[in-house]
Amino acid sequence: MTKQRAIVVGGGLAGLAATMKIAEQGMSVLLVSFLPVKRSHSVCAQGGINGAVNIKGEGDSPEIHFYDTVKGGDFLGHQPLCKDMCYHAPFIIYLLDRMGVPFNRTPEGNLDFRRFGGTLHHRTAFSGATTGQQLLYALDEQVRRYEVEGLVEKVEWHEYLGAVQDEDGKCVGAVIQNLRTGDIRAERGDAVILATGGPGVVYGRSTNSVVCTGTATTSAYLQGAKYGNGEFIQIHPTAVPGRDKLRLMSESARGEGGRVWVPRKANDQRDPKEIPAEERLYFLEEKYPRFGNLVPRDVGAREIYDICVNQGLGVHGDMKVYLDLTHHSREFLDTRLGGILEIYEKFTGVDPREEPMEIFPAVHYSMGGIWTDYTRTAEGFIDHQSPRNQMTSIEGLYAAGEADYQYHGANRLGANSLLSCIYTGLMMGPGVVNYIKNQKESATDLPSTLFDQAQQQWQEKFTGIKQMKGKENPYKLHAELSETMMSNVLIVRDNARLAATVEKIEEYDERWKDVECVDTSDWTNPVPSFVNQLYNMIQLSKVIAKGALLRDEFRGAHYKPEFEIKQPSDFKPESFLEYTKLKAEGGLKQDSFKPDHLEYMRLYGESNEKWLKSSIATFNGKGPDISYEAVDTSLIQPRPRKYD
Amino acid sequence: MSNKTITFKILRQDGPNQPSYWETFVIPYLPNSNVISCLMDIQKNPINSEGKKVRPVVWECNCLEEVCGTCTMVINGKTRQSCSALIDKLMQPITLQPLSKFPVVRDLAVDRSRMFEALKRVKAWVPMDGYHDLGPGDKILPDHQGVAYKLSECMTCGCCVEACPQYSRDNNFLGAAAISQARLFNMHPTGKLIANERLDSLMDDGGIAACGNAQNCVEVCPKSIPLTESIAEMGRQSSKRFWKTLFQI
Repeated sequence: MTKQRAIVVGGGLAGLAATMKIAEQGMSVLLVSFLPVKRSHSVCAQGGINGAVNIKGEGDSPEIHFYDTVKGGDFLGHQPLCKDMCYHAPFIIYLLDRMGVPFNRTPEGNLDFRRFGGTLHHRTAFSGATTGQQLLYALDEQVRRYEVEGLVEKVEWHEYLGAVQDEDGKCVGAVIQNLRTGDIRAERGDAVILATGGPGVVYGRSTNSVVCTGTATTSAYLQGAKYGNGEFIQIHPTAVPGRDKLRLMSESARGEGGRVWVPRKANDQRDPKEIPAEERLYFLEEKYPRFGNLVPRDVGAREIYDICVNQGLGVHGDMKVYLDLTHHSREFLDTRLGGILEIYEKFTGVDPREEPMEIFPAVHYSMGGIWTDYTRTAEGFIDHQSPRNQMTSIEGLYAAGEADYQYHGANRLGANSLLSCIYTGLMMGPGVVNYIKNQKESATDLPSTLFDQAQQQWQEKFTGIKQMKGKENPYKLHAELSETMMSNVLIVRDNARLAATVEKIEEYDERWKDVECVDTSDWTNPVPSFVNQLYNMIQLSKVIAKGALLRDEFRGAHYKPEFEIKQPSDFKPESFLEYTKLKAEGGLKQDSFKPDHLEYMRLYGESNEKWLKSSIATFNGKGPDISYEAVDTSLIQPRPRKYD
Repeated sequence: MSNKTITFKILRQDGPNQPSYWETFVIPYLPNSNVISCLMDIQKNPINSEGKKVRPVVWECNCLEEVCGTCTMVINGKTRQSCSALIDKLMQPITLQPLSKFPVVRDLAVDRSRMFEALKRVKAWVPMDGYHDLGPGDKILPDHQGVAYKLSECMTCGCCVEACPQYSRDNNFLGAAAISQARLFNMHPTGKLIANERLDSLMDDGGIAACGNAQNCVEVCPKSIPLTESIAEMGRQSSKRFWKTLFQI
């Protein structure tokens, strides 16, 4: 058989991890990336990577990590995958250590770990406050080694447009566009992996990089791939406002003891340092004595929203709160958080070692993404040899990293994204190679008509885009779309507004047809590419907004006050386990629990029965049809979350 | 609405081997702007100071928080990242030029492939037996980690080589960034197993001997990486290797 190869799209952590794992097995890889891979969005990850190495002797274990992850995701994560990921996490950290990542160290020279949100253990390995950058560089270096050896061919400044499918719908290659020459060509590949990150740019300004438009994953959805849990968008509690982007202020600032507060008095104009402790409201510490400032992100973002919007206590009356590190020494802060504090200082002109930072919540991560499959073992782990792992509903097309959907449920824990990206890339490697080797025919031997047609179809599409002479500036239209999403599909969601948003997006879809391609030149012209991206962002917005409209519950990052079931303050989550047991055995009595607890558990149970499911969007030619699929929750029984 | 404006003079070029030309844009002032947010404003309304509708300016950027290295350009004569170039701190008119040491792709976008090729030349990686479970790496003391971390913050942005008098479009000098990466990997417990191979490439044509010790690199590095220290250290390691090879010890 002619030589086979995999195509990996995206040079962030997931794409590079998949590339090096596949290359390690002797299989060739064509690595396609919008930018030089070293500049991928993974560099923006700051705080660290989780793994229960238990370096502090706290009795931490992968099983507890697994529990924290699933609970953090409000039980919407697929448990065998979460479990396998958490059990592999210590090994992944050791692997990165061997690769040369300059992780911070203990005095004895061991890897150091810090606290992060949603857990009570020191479980986060870190490299200053630019961990994502350091991890990406280590993987980039390994891939460069394979490039020199000839196993990896990199094509940078290329954008993925769509999959090439054979008559049975199987993916046998990818259509890519050279962003310099504008040329569009079909590349043959026996498997194609989309590791193209998240869609934050749909919301305009977010903590995401400019390339995070979600175009590649949306393209897969438009070609028939299922898209899962689109409505679950993580809002990070702490970001720094900016006109071009909202810069992340890492959760590690709180992991290292950063305290969130507002003045108790509304619109207090005093210098924050002049406000005495008793006049400060440390609202997270007060309300959540156990987790304090390290509640999960969905909880943190909601509380900040509540303080600023409902209680009107935001700093200077704005949607801002203080994040305070000034009680630490400069030396401590520089060693452990240097990178992010420098960035804060550079962009705001204020030294966060001396003054409390002013921060606010911002769109950060998509828990949802392309639907992908897996094969579990009887013990509840993953069979790493299975070609099904990470395969989308289009055979031969895979997804990994933020582009997929099953690991983080309704809310991702901080420092689990670097883990899930690297884990998925490494884990899927053997299965992808098996899939490729099992093919009867190499993609290289298939008739060229398939590829010619796919190429021609995209060439015609771009010729059409370049001829668009309407009235709408695509960048302005994008600003309107993102404003709509930002105002209506964010922390607090409401059905009337969501319904209006769904309609509004239809208008944008119409208006897109009236776009003017403001630059029609051939050489290094980003405009046609952006017009295509904008189309995809409009389609993905429909998935997000409609998914949010239809999901009538409160779960993780998806908060609809109308459907919130108020938890009694003295309720213990374990009661629910007892309740279900009694109920199953027919022994549940009216006096088995306090009446308000009983009522709460009845409502919670009913709601879970209906809504503890992945939402699945499929493209019907105009917009998404949404259906629901069961989630494997066989390893840890779902129960109400509690962090106070 | 204030009448304040921001004036940009941008050196544009339609493609490689095309003539370059200056174009001026005057846009409304908005608080908290940086060079990138202004370029984005121009995209939304691409009209130059003569009121003529033109093609939006082409530039490269990604993370917008000075950690990816993409958006480097020459701003008011100084090489730096455009995301962290805040308008309130810049003299007007603000001039934007592409980096001069690399081929211009279009407008402010340049091709820095040469920097990544240099990383191949110095074998900037740790050789590994495989990506399976082989346990933890060596113990490393915090001081050592501190030095490595600083070097590892290099984002291949190109400021150091733009400012370097020895680095030019017609020679093959590796440049400070790559030399500093050789130092990083030569100090790693496993990376140092191929230290001599790195030194050999540093002693080759376009290697460390091409450095003229102008020390501009360290001045402009946005991450304050001690590049001149790295060059000195690699100079020492190279000399040692040279004499050792000479006397075959």
